[in-house]
Amino acid sequence: MSKPKIAFYWCASCGGCEEAVVDLAESILGVVEKVDIVFWPVALDFKRSDVEAMASREITAAFINGAVRSSEQAEMVELLRGKSNLVIAFGSCAHLGGIPGLANTFNREEMFRAVYLDAPGVNNDRSTVPKEEIEVSEGILTLPRLWDTVKTLDQVIKVDYYLPGCPPPVSLIVGAVEKILSNQLPEADPVLAPDIALCEECPRRDSKPEKIAVKEFKRPHEIEIDPEKCLLAQGLLCMGICTRKGCGAVCINGNMPCTGCMGPVSHISDHGTKALSSFASLIDANDDEEIARLIDNIVDPVGTFYRYSLPASLMHRSHMKAAAKGEKS
Amino acid sequence: MFDKNNEKEAFNPHLVAFFCNWCTYTAADLAGTARMTYEPNVRVIRIMCSGRLDPQFVLWAFREGADGVLIGGCHPGDCHYQEGNYKARRRFLLLQKYLQFMGIEKERVRMEWIAASEGDKVQSVINEMTETIRRLGPLHLEPVSMRQERSLETAEPDNIAVMKEGTL
Repeated sequence: MSKPKIAFYWCASCGGCEEAVVDLAESILGVVEKVDIVFWPVALDFKRSDVEAMASREITAAFINGAVRSSEQAEMVELLRGKSNLVIAFGSCAHLGGIPGLANTFNREEMFRAVYLDAPGVNNDRSTVPKEEIEVSEGILTLPRLWDTVKTLDQVIKVDYYLPGCPPPVSLIVGAVEKILSNQLPEADPVLAPDIALCEECPRRDSKPEKIAVKEFKRPHEIEIDPEKCLLAQGLLCMGICTRKGCGAVCINGNMPCTGCMGPVSHISDHGTKALSSFASLIDANDDEEIARLIDNIVDPVGTFYRYSLPASLMHRSHMKAAAKGEKS
Repeated sequence: MFDKNNEKEAFNPHLVAFFCNWCTYTAADLAGTARMTYEPNVRVIRIMCSGRLDPQFVLWAFREGADGVLIGGCHPGDCHYQEGNYKARRRFLLLQKYLQFMGIEKERVRMEWIAASEGDKVQSVINEMTETIRRLGPLHLEPVSMRQERSLETAEPDNIAVMKEGTL
């Protein structure tokens, strides 16, 4: 019997997820023994045509990391979807949009202007920005189209399972691969991480007061963080209250608050708004002006509440006026 | 979903109002029994306390086609559950800040303290807010807009996953 075939692909991501696969260290050898890796552009020399030549659903599982924000990425993930039995959204970007998803507070034109025209050190007298098509003497050259909006993988293709995390913790990857090989994938929750908030496995759990009342929100660089005490009680915006556990509380152990990369527990439809709601309730003030002062401490609400989940949120992106939406530019 | 095809002619905004059971909803009842009339643009949802209002509800309302959301609770000190309205107030102010970052005008979410006896305030607040939103114009936050861009570029409708709603 032939071995199960596995594919890896990356879209809008930093490469950290590929690194996480390598982080499997020796245990990757056990995996490699049991499967055939048929596509992994970052590490092995396969071409798109190799995938095109495969039969429909020939790949057992495709692990795709990164958000989708260009026509090329959409084409590739659609191709892989057709050739794969299972598609697993690997890492925060594929799951919820991730860090690249914060680009959804801008549109394409603004991004082009910032990167190609306004960035310090840019010397672009002719105001050249990437075009999708250009005619040269040999014919027409094309580039993929960058979208206005960054999307999660499941906003583009059907996704069977999600491996959350930035990057996904090694233990969860190993667990997922074992479940795929032994055909024991869960039916209920498609997110392959415990459906319990991080607070449950937090090493500082016992130091969390019964009622937290915050007089001042802080950012990590503004205070000397007590390494024993609950971070919320210290006024830090720790997302652990509504984020899945399964990461081993690595950030907490590094004395930093949780930023929410594992995504929300299953009953939450909008991770950031739920966090916003919880943080707001901690404010120890009833007076509008005092509340406003505390809220002013939160200088970057989108980056704080939605660091990894803006495209998956109810808003998806910052609001584009109806007229602008219709335009193709 | 609401039909918005005729909005060019006369824009009739859709407002969703979350009224607390003990004060504002009772006030709306009073406005009704007193035969006060107000703009018919509002859909009232009764919640037990403004503190029950999860900010996610507001976003869902926008997502489903609302142009404005009104939140009504008891006056400070009057909450049936002691401090639900204070919690609601904090959440409301932070939510409003987030929405402004996302390009949504702050007038589209409004919070008012309306006591059970203030039927006339229900009337004036709803009229005022309808007028404000009418001036701002439609919000258009339905998922359709997300699909537009995509459908221009790649075909294969079979693979187009429906938006994530309700699955996460």
